[in-house]
Amino acid sequence: MSVHDATTKAALPAEAKNQFLHDAAEHVRDIDHRSFVRKALGGYYVTRDSQKAKYRDWEHARDAAALAKWSAVNRLDELLPLFVTNFEAGGGIVHFARDAQEARTIIVDLVRASNAKAIIKSKCMTTEEIHLNDALEKEGYVVVESDLGEFIQQLRGEPPYHFVFPCMHVRRGEISDLFQKHLGTEPTQSPEELTMIARRYMRQLYVDADVGITGANFLVAETGQISITENEGNARLTAALPRVHIALSGIEKVVASLADLAVLLPMLATAGTGQPMTCYNTLYSGPQKNDEPDGPREMHLVLLDNARTAILADPEQRDSLHCIRCGACLNVCPIFKNVGGFTYGTTYQGPIGSVITPHLRGLSDWNHLSSASSLCGACTDACPVRIDIHHHLLHNRRNAVRASPKRLEHIGHQLFAFVAARPWLFAAGGKLFRWSLGFLKKIRPPLLRQWLETRDLPPAPPKSFRQLWKERS
Amino acid sequence: MQIDLFIPCFVDQMTPGVGLAVTRVLERLGHTVEFRPAQTCCGQPSFNSGYWDEARSVAIRALDVFEGAQAVVGPSGSCVAMMRVFYPQLLAGTPHETRALDLASKTFEFSEFLVEKLGVTDVGARFPHSVTYHDGCHGLRELRIQQAPRQLLRAVKDLELIECDEAESCCGFGGLFSVKFPMISTAMAEVKGGSLARTECEYIVSSDPTCQLQLDGWFSKKKMKPRTIHLAEVLAGGDA
Amino acid sequence: MSVKASSAKDVVLARVREALQVPAPPPHLKSHDLQEAAGISNARPAGAVGTFKPLSIAPLDVARPWLPEGGQTPEERMHILCDNLKRLKAEFHRACHLQAAAELIFSIARQRDWQRVAYHRHELVDPVASALHCATVCIGEPASFDKRALEQCDAGITACESLVAQTGSILVSSATCGGRSLSILPPVHIVIAHIDQIVATLEDALHDAKVRHAGRMPSMLSFITGPSRTGDIERILVLGAHGPKELIVVLVGESP
Repeated sequence: MSVHDATTKAALPAEAKNQFLHDAAEHVRDIDHRSFVRKALGGYYVTRDSQKAKYRDWEHARDAAALAKWSAVNRLDELLPLFVTNFEAGGGIVHFARDAQEARTIIVDLVRASNAKAIIKSKCMTTEEIHLNDALEKEGYVVVESDLGEFIQQLRGEPPYHFVFPCMHVRRGEISDLFQKHLGTEPTQSPEELTMIARRYMRQLYVDADVGITGANFLVAETGQISITENEGNARLTAALPRVHIALSGIEKVVASLADLAVLLPMLATAGTGQPMTCYNTLYSGPQKNDEPDGPREMHLVLLDNARTAILADPEQRDSLHCIRCGACLNVCPIFKNVGGFTYGTTYQGPIGSVITPHLRGLSDWNHLSSASSLCGACTDACPVRIDIHHHLLHNRRNAVRASPKRLEHIGHQLFAFVAARPWLFAAGGKLFRWSLGFLKKIRPPLLRQWLETRDLPPAPPKSFRQLWKERS
Repeated sequence: MQIDLFIPCFVDQMTPGVGLAVTRVLERLGHTVEFRPAQTCCGQPSFNSGYWDEARSVAIRALDVFEGAQAVVGPSGSCVAMMRVFYPQLLAGTPHETRALDLASKTFEFSEFLVEKLGVTDVGARFPHSVTYHDGCHGLRELRIQQAPRQLLRAVKDLELIECDEAESCCGFGGLFSVKFPMISTAMAEVKGGSLARTECEYIVSSDPTCQLQLDGWFSKKKMKPRTIHLAEVLAGGDA
Repeated sequence: MSVKASSAKDVVLARVREALQVPAPPPHLKSHDLQEAAGISNARPAGAVGTFKPLSIAPLDVARPWLPEGGQTPEERMHILCDNLKRLKAEFHRACHLQAAAELIFSIARQRDWQRVAYHRHELVDPVASALHCATVCIGEPASFDKRALEQCDAGITACESLVAQTGSILVSSATCGGRSLSILPPVHIVIAHIDQIVATLEDALHDAKVRHAGRMPSMLSFITGPSRTGDIERILVLGAHGPKELIVVLVGESP
């Protein structure tokens, strides 16, 4: 798929994997960073649990949310055209994009056609996926990220660390330095003052911007509205003040009816941040209407495929399109917490990212993300729409082997199956292993070496269970 | 009741005492315990590595081995999950699917078998120590076993059960993951091991011998005091 | 629409149809009753074939008994709403009649020395705005909207479509609440509402909006749930990120 052109990290096969192994090793050594991220998530667990307790039964509510997304994704052939028809009836213009390149071209053309000088953007992971800012900047446009976390990341020249909490890894002192350097403000250790610096800086930009770019969390087929979830009010402002509003959304965000949002909006908030609802959940059905006092004159919606139909074509993993990008699976993932967001090298980090990135960017280069999991399943339990996340990691592993088994590894597993089919051989092999374990520990062959570097191995017992059982009877 | 032991390969070769402890507890409750020596491994290493064809041949063999069993009981949440949850997936659409579902329906993890199937929580054990319980992820999330081992521990005489603050966190073993991604695996052991150690309990009780391997290996390397013990060994211990 | 874009549309829609040839297994639900009610079965594992049947039950019908409470009676709804607004750090006032609401806002405005306050024409808002001592900007009058003038305002006063007890949310629309900016640009947002506008759940609010605007949805409908906030810096809560730092809700009317 054409997303390859935009990814810089996996230029050569195995490079992404080596980068991952290298970054993971670096990261786990950074004890301070790991405990900082852990501490930042500590508050999330508390608020999430107290908000979950307000549900009369969270598990049943998850059933409903899963059904809403399942039935919508499996009826996308019917609901997507319905959404388009209804949305266009509200005066907005829909553009389809087969891939990232096409989406970038559409948006750059729209910006050019609007004679825009200034562009303001609210948080949208899909624009990260297609590397929109780079494309606009290459054309000479200045794009400002208005979400505080995204703004900080933009100034740092980094992608988001976590797709819901973009700068959760950054300390306030670093943010103070950053603002001092770029905005010339006085240093401060107060999160509140830092937030107010960004607020003051951004206000005039909203007023002056000609184009506002947003994402979308849901596309409501029944009414032709797009739904945007946020906390800061920056998306509201981005879609209120500029002349032109451009929204970018994956095609999988369609839900059947407005009533589905009565389930999905609160659950997205609870799973994502532990809130009852995020501060602003806004439905847009088009540009300003003639009896309304303000709003953009034009509204464009770019609907992006970019390999989503490839996931759709895999019934086994189709449910990964249910994802509402709440980030709950990242927040509970021991891998994410220990290797950090950047190690993944992907737009979508954490467990769901490990599931979908191989589809978006190629299985051979990205299957290592599926292997880098103990399969603990905390992600699947956290998912509000019941995506079978950790089992899909197994499916990716199987698909990777099917596509191109590794010769040595394959022989190893064939040998294992051969031995496992012969109890006498299995018993003899076990005996040999136990007998030679002390020696093996000294010569440290690969795999055993990886174990012994950080963990001890107990001595093998003299007799196996099957021997003891035989002696017993 | 006639019970067939499912002794995972790791228990067979490395921790045979766990198998004996399971036998002791079940026999003490008046059941007949059998071990079919034709059994070897459940096939999970190949399954988890993506080599499903190889795993499938191992799985089909296991169906043959346990043919006709009334109840199959194993002292590992992970290996039991392989038979109960993943065999039916692995063999879906093959002629073995029905047999896989049948075996799945009568395969039990040791603690759940005692509590859910036999309705026993007090097995008459005594263990005068403070302990904390480590949930193995497969037991916890594939088999949904959380209360059974705790109920059993609470009924043990003179035992004090203290929960740790990362009860549901993974120890980082994950089979071959532990040696393919040793740095991540060890970081996870640090988190879970640290939490378990903070309880200052004498023993960490587990229902998964491979979690024990990971945690003990890390504690030993770090020269830290706590040691793990399998639930069956606690329940088999010092009759009251 | 350009020729190129429409062809992309055809291609993507064709891919979607093609992809859905093989149906996906249903999600692993907790409730077996629900599986039956929804007309789906988990009996067969992933990869099974069969045609996709639409659900025989709406997801919301499934969820309704399990979502957070919205209250059965007006008293309960009022209670839950107040509680939620408090948790959300919104300021909440009761006024037995509009005159009292006007006096309340007047005193807040005077106390804080507001110079300019924006509002829109509405039966609940007009008396409050006209009682203010300071300058006012009426949004929508004249029709040309001056965003720079609005940016200079100390507060914006709006009506709302409904108040949702379940979540503490306030539903505003671009058609009935002074457009898009009035409720988001000024640093303080004041909502004047009547107690009859309280509804139990999001479902009710969405349903009412659909009926009220039948066939012609406002270009914007927004649930406002507390003052603007962010946790982006070390996950520490800060109010007033880009939207209003304060949300003041005045409920007019005698106790339910």
